[in-house]
Amino acid sequence: MQMPQPREELLAAKDRIVARLEEVLPDDAVISDEIELKAYECDALSAYRCPPLCAVLPASTEEVAAVMKVCHEAGVPVVPRGAGTSLAGGALPTADSVILGVARLNEVLETDYDNRFIRVQSGRTNLSVTGAVEADGFFYAPDPSSQLACAIAGNIAMNSGGAHCLKYGVTTNNLLGVTMVMADGEVVEIGGPYLDAGGLDLLGLVCGSEGQLGIVTEATLRILAKPEGARPVLIGFSSNVVAGACVSDIIKTGIVPVAIEFMDRPCIEATEAFVHAGYPDCEALLIIEVEGSDAEIEDQLSRIVAIAERHDPVEIRESASAEESAKIWLGRKSAFGAMGQINDYMCLDGTIPVSELPHVLERIGELSEHYGLRVGNVFHAGDGNMHPLILYNANEPGQLEKCEAMGADILRLCVEVGGCLTGEHGVGVEKRELMETQYAPADLDIQMAVKDVFDPGWLLNPAKVFPLEVSASRRA
Amino acid sequence: MKRIESEAELAEVVAGANGALRVKGGGTRDVGAPVVGEVLEVGISGVTLYEPGSLTMVVGAGTPVAEIDAVLAAEGQRLAFEPMDHRVLLGTTGAPTIGGAVAANVSGPRRIQAGAARDFTLGARFVDGQGRIVKNGGRVMKNVTGYDLVKLMAGSWGTLGVLTEVSLKVQARPETEATLVAEGLDPRAGVAKLSAALGSPFDVTGAAHEVGGRTLVRIEGLTDQVAYRTGALMDGVLAGFERIEGDASADVWAGIRDVAPLAAAEGAVWKVSVTPGDGPALLEALGDRVQGALMDWGGGLIWLRVPERGNCAAGVLREAVAKVGGHATLVRASAETRAQVPVFQPQPAPIAALSRQLKAKFDPRGILNPGLMGV
Repeated sequence: MQMPQPREELLAAKDRIVARLEEVLPDDAVISDEIELKAYECDALSAYRCPPLCAVLPASTEEVAAVMKVCHEAGVPVVPRGAGTSLAGGALPTADSVILGVARLNEVLETDYDNRFIRVQSGRTNLSVTGAVEADGFFYAPDPSSQLACAIAGNIAMNSGGAHCLKYGVTTNNLLGVTMVMADGEVVEIGGPYLDAGGLDLLGLVCGSEGQLGIVTEATLRILAKPEGARPVLIGFSSNVVAGACVSDIIKTGIVPVAIEFMDRPCIEATEAFVHAGYPDCEALLIIEVEGSDAEIEDQLSRIVAIAERHDPVEIRESASAEESAKIWLGRKSAFGAMGQINDYMCLDGTIPVSELPHVLERIGELSEHYGLRVGNVFHAGDGNMHPLILYNANEPGQLEKCEAMGADILRLCVEVGGCLTGEHGVGVEKRELMETQYAPADLDIQMAVKDVFDPGWLLNPAKVFPLEVSASRRA
Repeated sequence: MKRIESEAELAEVVAGANGALRVKGGGTRDVGAPVVGEVLEVGISGVTLYEPGSLTMVVGAGTPVAEIDAVLAAEGQRLAFEPMDHRVLLGTTGAPTIGGAVAANVSGPRRIQAGAARDFTLGARFVDGQGRIVKNGGRVMKNVTGYDLVKLMAGSWGTLGVLTEVSLKVQARPETEATLVAEGLDPRAGVAKLSAALGSPFDVTGAAHEVGGRTLVRIEGLTDQVAYRTGALMDGVLAGFERIEGDASADVWAGIRDVAPLAAAEGAVWKVSVTPGDGPALLEALGDRVQGALMDWGGGLIWLRVPERGNCAAGVLREAVAKVGGHATLVRASAETRAQVPVFQPQPAPIAALSRQLKAKFDPRGILNPGLMGV
């Protein structure tokens, strides 16, 4: 993985740039000490690291605007950072860039149950948005696995999803408005607590733009009334193919589970060894969750079980209590951690048409043998969002490269069967060079033209999303 | 007029155009400032892929919505965003197309729960103003690969590019539906009831109030579920409401979707989006200028009929909307009026500047539906 060469003139101007930022921010909001900057040298894609020129932690929209004005004048690239949980390197800095962290922007600004929205500062964590409204019976729907730590700013940048988006949609479907600081420091308001845009849908464009169009400092989010209850059923199958077919049949019926999660044998075994969730010994399992009153849950689960029984299940385990539900979810929620116990891993995020699940799982198995690297599959099956975890040993020379090559092959496969490179993690630096497998030159050019409009100088997160060679002339 | 039946031909025609083009699908949504230019009718039609088990469909942009509805119904599925049929309100003829529905981001009552046309459009192919063929998104439900130009295209009314193909997320048809109805509530009381229902755990999929008429709440789902949920609402926040079921319920929502209560009488019709709580005060501010009103989306979408004279109350309406946040679109008025009164809500300067610059990138010659959105 390559990053652009840092500009010597910016590295040389570090003291001057830091001094200017210190003039416009409170004392403790500018970090320029080399040791302290270590905290900002990578995000959750920790294979790649580079300390930034400095980091700033503004605490208001006005302070963010002041930072952007300084950086715009000095021509310094700015890399926005939410909570640093990106698996795609979205917050990876270059040596000549300023990290703009939104961690201090964490207030709830307004809660309105009659109109069902909440307005928050963007550094607030995903889970704490729900935390602010759940006592009153409401929740914020998008639930990425990192929701305890990840920030709304990052959710908007990557258009994050989660296990429950089969029913509730992803961030873009739940975002009503933003306050955003433009690359030159101008503050704009897009959308608001009402529905849809009056003109062009700029909000839809900003969501998922990986911090390349502006810095979102405040967000208006749709909140929903909590269902009366929710319970999962766990179903074990004798093969991936059968489990995949079962998913398709359930979706066709008209029951809308809130989540359909899939784990294959390597993942089941790893989680069993790690948390002893008591999962059945089988090739694949599904965890399907439905919502409603007790009677409604019974009704839906019995229909799901009836469909599953046509697919010769190894085991069906309906939850009858909160404890049993927690146990069913325990393994799934610990899956990444469990795989991490075995080895280093790379987590992919390609999405495929649900109908292609059996074929793609088979091909991933073949690639695993070809590269000699183990793969566990744990993912959101209802919407085809795969999460193959490729295991490798970072200490063994050549293994990371081998793992990257295999990951690229899997992502090409996803595109080949009609899917895409990334379903919810974003392109970042990780999938940047693969963009041309999904998009033709004209497709990428018009996306870059959008960035030209919002950020003519290409100062915001410039080395992300687009292949370096393709964006080179614009970044020059 | 040119009727185009392939993407390649469309690209060629747009690239070779030497003047303004008026983009037309089914021609049923005559909305926006009148466009003077050669009519370009997009007849790229047909379902190219439909996987019921993946809830996805790929169709030519010129495919009639009715054809899509029929194909989906055969598999027990439907378009979740229930696009409005503008023929009822505008008195137009022709067959509404899916490309038109997406280009105008047309969503019906279920928008409040399921989402808008833009939320169910997974991918798009279009020809930009230079005649370049562009694709964005795909046919999978989760896709964050690159910028989401699909959202930008949805609601851009053919001013940025001409849609040739869209991928849609579709939805299983529920087993049954029922509607709870009350008569005689004023807008404040009506919206309060809608908010209470939408704030309940019962997953309301329609919440409308006919000003001077009925207050309506829809529940869809499994048969026992609908019985339970409507019962719980009638025992609780919707005490005094009555239940109607089956076709009678479906007919109610087709009427709301198409703004049927306001269609028959003459007058200009506005579509206003504010928060539900701001709706009643907005109606009060407009006073007797309003000759008929229908509130959907829990009260946040207000259809208003006013006399078509002068600027159709644009001044007072837009001032009131700007004060609380939202937007007002003049959906029905004569071409002469739409040439005079800005049809779309004027944007704050920085947003208007961004919109203009985007238009200049997608359509540097300014030939696609020029002026339609006032951009």
